[in-house]
Amino acid sequence: MTSQLPVLLIILPLFGGLFALFMGKGLLPWMWATLVTGVMLVVSLLLFGQVQEHGVVEYLLGNWPPEYGIGYRIDAMNGFILVVVSFIAFISTIYAGKSVDSEIPRDRGRLFYALWLLFLCGLLGITITGDAFNVYVLLEISSLTVYALIAMGKGRDRRALTASLRYLILGSVGASFILLGIGYLLMITGTLNMMDMHEQLQLLIAQGKYEKTILVAFAFLLVGLSIKMALFPLHMWLPNAYTYAPSAVSGLVAATATKVGVYMAIRFLFTIFEPSFSFIEMSASQCLLVFACIGVVVTGIQAIRQDNVKTILAYSSLGQICYIVMGFALYNEDGLTGSTMHILNHALIKGGMFLSLGCVVYKVGAIHLKDLRGLGRKMPFTMAAFTMGGLGLIGFPLTAGFVSKWFLVKGALESGHWMVAAVIMFGSVLALIYVWRVVEAIYFQEPEEEKEVTEAPFSMVWCTWILIGLSLIVGLWATLPEEAARSAAQAMLGAG
Amino acid sequence: MEDQVVLRVVAKIMIPFIIIFGLYVITHGDFGPGGGFQGGVILASAFILYGLVFGREELAKAVPPRIVEAFAAFGVLLYSGVGLYGLLSGGNFLDYSYITPHDPRTGEAWGIILVEYGVGITVATVMIIIYNMIAERIGDE
Repeated sequence: MTSQLPVLLIILPLFGGLFALFMGKGLLPWMWATLVTGVMLVVSLLLFGQVQEHGVVEYLLGNWPPEYGIGYRIDAMNGFILVVVSFIAFISTIYAGKSVDSEIPRDRGRLFYALWLLFLCGLLGITITGDAFNVYVLLEISSLTVYALIAMGKGRDRRALTASLRYLILGSVGASFILLGIGYLLMITGTLNMMDMHEQLQLLIAQGKYEKTILVAFAFLLVGLSIKMALFPLHMWLPNAYTYAPSAVSGLVAATATKVGVYMAIRFLFTIFEPSFSFIEMSASQCLLVFACIGVVVTGIQAIRQDNVKTILAYSSLGQICYIVMGFALYNEDGLTGSTMHILNHALIKGGMFLSLGCVVYKVGAIHLKDLRGLGRKMPFTMAAFTMGGLGLIGFPLTAGFVSKWFLVKGALESGHWMVAAVIMFGSVLALIYVWRVVEAIYFQEPEEEKEVTEAPFSMVWCTWILIGLSLIVGLWATLPEEAARSAAQAMLGAG
Repeated sequence: MEDQVVLRVVAKIMIPFIIIFGLYVITHGDFGPGGGFQGGVILASAFILYGLVFGREELAKAVPPRIVEAFAAFGVLLYSGVGLYGLLSGGNFLDYSYITPHDPRTGEAWGIILVEYGVGITVATVMIIIYNMIAERIGDE
C-alpha cells in the first residue's frame, strides 16, 4: 500500500471535492473537507518520511513507462513543499468552518468546499508531478478553482468580482505563456517527462542546436512563471485578489498558491534546464535579482501607504515572494536553503496573520486601520497572534523570519552581492514601518466609537495560534526544518 | 420561438439523431477520430437546441438543473473511479489491464471506453450548465 501513497495524495482531494458536491447545506461538507485534508496531511508526512529515508520516490500512472505516461517524482524539494501545503490546508480547513459560515451563503457551502478541495488537488498535483504538461493541466485546475473561490467573497464586498476577473485575465496570460514554453520544449526534445527533457536539452545545448527555440521557450517560461508567482512587476493581480477574497481563502491562497508558483519556477530552472544554463548563460540570475530587489522596496513602500490591513498584508506577501526569488536566484546552497526555509516560514506567518484578520472580520466586520483601534484589549489572543506574526515579517530575532533572512543574507554575501544583502536589511526596515502602523492602531489608539467586541470563537483563534506558534518554534529551534530545506537545496543543485 | 412550427418540428426530428451521433462519437473515441470531449459537446448541443426552441423552463423540466449538476460530478467520478478500480485491484492508478486480470486487452478496452463516457458526460452536462447560466441572465433582464 505504501507504494500507492503518491497518487493517494492527489485522488483524495479529487474524490473528496466531487463527493462534497453531493452533500447538504449543514456542517457536513466542512466536516468532510476536514477529514479529507487530515488524511492528506498524514499521507504527505508518510511520503516525506519515505523520501528522507530512501531518496527519490517515483510512481507511474497506469504503469506506463515515464517517457510515455505521467510519472510522479518526489525528491527532497517537493516532498517538503507537499508537507507545507497539506499542513496549511488542514489548519485552514478547520478554521474555515465558522468563518465561511458567516461570510458565504449556507446553500453555497458544498460548492465552496468542492472548489476548495479541487484547488488543493491542483496545487498538490503541480508539486508532485514529474511531467511538464501535467504541471500545466493541474495549474489550470488550481487557477480556475481559485478564481471562483475569490469571487465568492462578493457577499461581503462586490469588488471581489473585479479582483477575480483581473486575476483570471492575468493568470490565463501567465498560463498560456507557460504552455507555449512547454510546447516549444516538447517540439525540440520530443518528450514531456522532466528528467528526460533535461537530458535531451543538455544534448541539444552541447551540440549548439535550436539555440533560438530554447531561448524563446526559456523566456516564455520565465515570464509566465513570474506572473504566476506574482513577482514584481507582474504582480498587479494579487493585492485586490487577497483583499476581497473570503478570509479563509485569503489565508490558504496567500500561504500556498504563490509558494507553489515559486516551486514551479525552481523546478523549471533547476531540473528541466541545467541550473548553470538558466542562471549563468541565460542570466536569469541578474534579471531575477534586479526585479526582486526593486520589488522588495516598491512593495514595501506601497504596503506603508495602505489603509486596509488585508491589502497591507497582500503587499507584504509580494515583498516576501521577492525574498524567496532572491534566494534561489543567488544560485548557491545557502541562498536556496534560505529560499526553501522562507517558503515554509512565510506560509506559516502570513497564513496565521490572514487567519487572525479573518477573526476580526468575523467579529467586527471590517478591517481598515480605524476598525482595529483598541482591539488589543478586546481580542487579546487574536491580536497577539497578529503581532507575533508581524515580528516574523520584520525578521525579528527569535522568530522564523529571522532564520530565513539570515540564510538569505549569508547566501548573498557568499556570492558577493552586497547590494542584495543591503536590500534585505532595508526591506526589514520597511516591514517594521508597516507592521508598526497596524500594531499602533491595535494597542495605542482609542476607537472612535465604543463597540461591544469579544474574542473570536475558540476554534478560529486556536488555528491561528497553531500557525503562528509553529513559526515561533521554527524561530527558536530551526534544526529540523533547516535540515529538510538544506537537503532540498542540495537535491536541486546536485540534480545537474 | 414557440410559435415557429417549422422550427419546432425540425428540432424535434433532429434531436434524437444528434444524441445518437454524439454517443457514436464518444463510443468511437478509442478506435478513431472522436472521443469524450467532442462527443460530449455534440450531445450537449441536442439539449441546448431544445432549450433554444422551447425555452429554458421546458429544458429545466426535461433535465432538472440539480440532476445536470450531479451528472457533471458523476462523469469525473466515473473517470477517476475506473482509475481507482485499477488501484484497488492491485495495479497502479489508471492501470486498465487490472479491470479483467485474466485478459488485459479486454480490460484496457473497457477502461478506455468508460473513461471516454466519463469525459463525455461531464463535458455535456457542463455545457448545459453554461447554457442555463447564460439563458438565466438574459431571462432576468
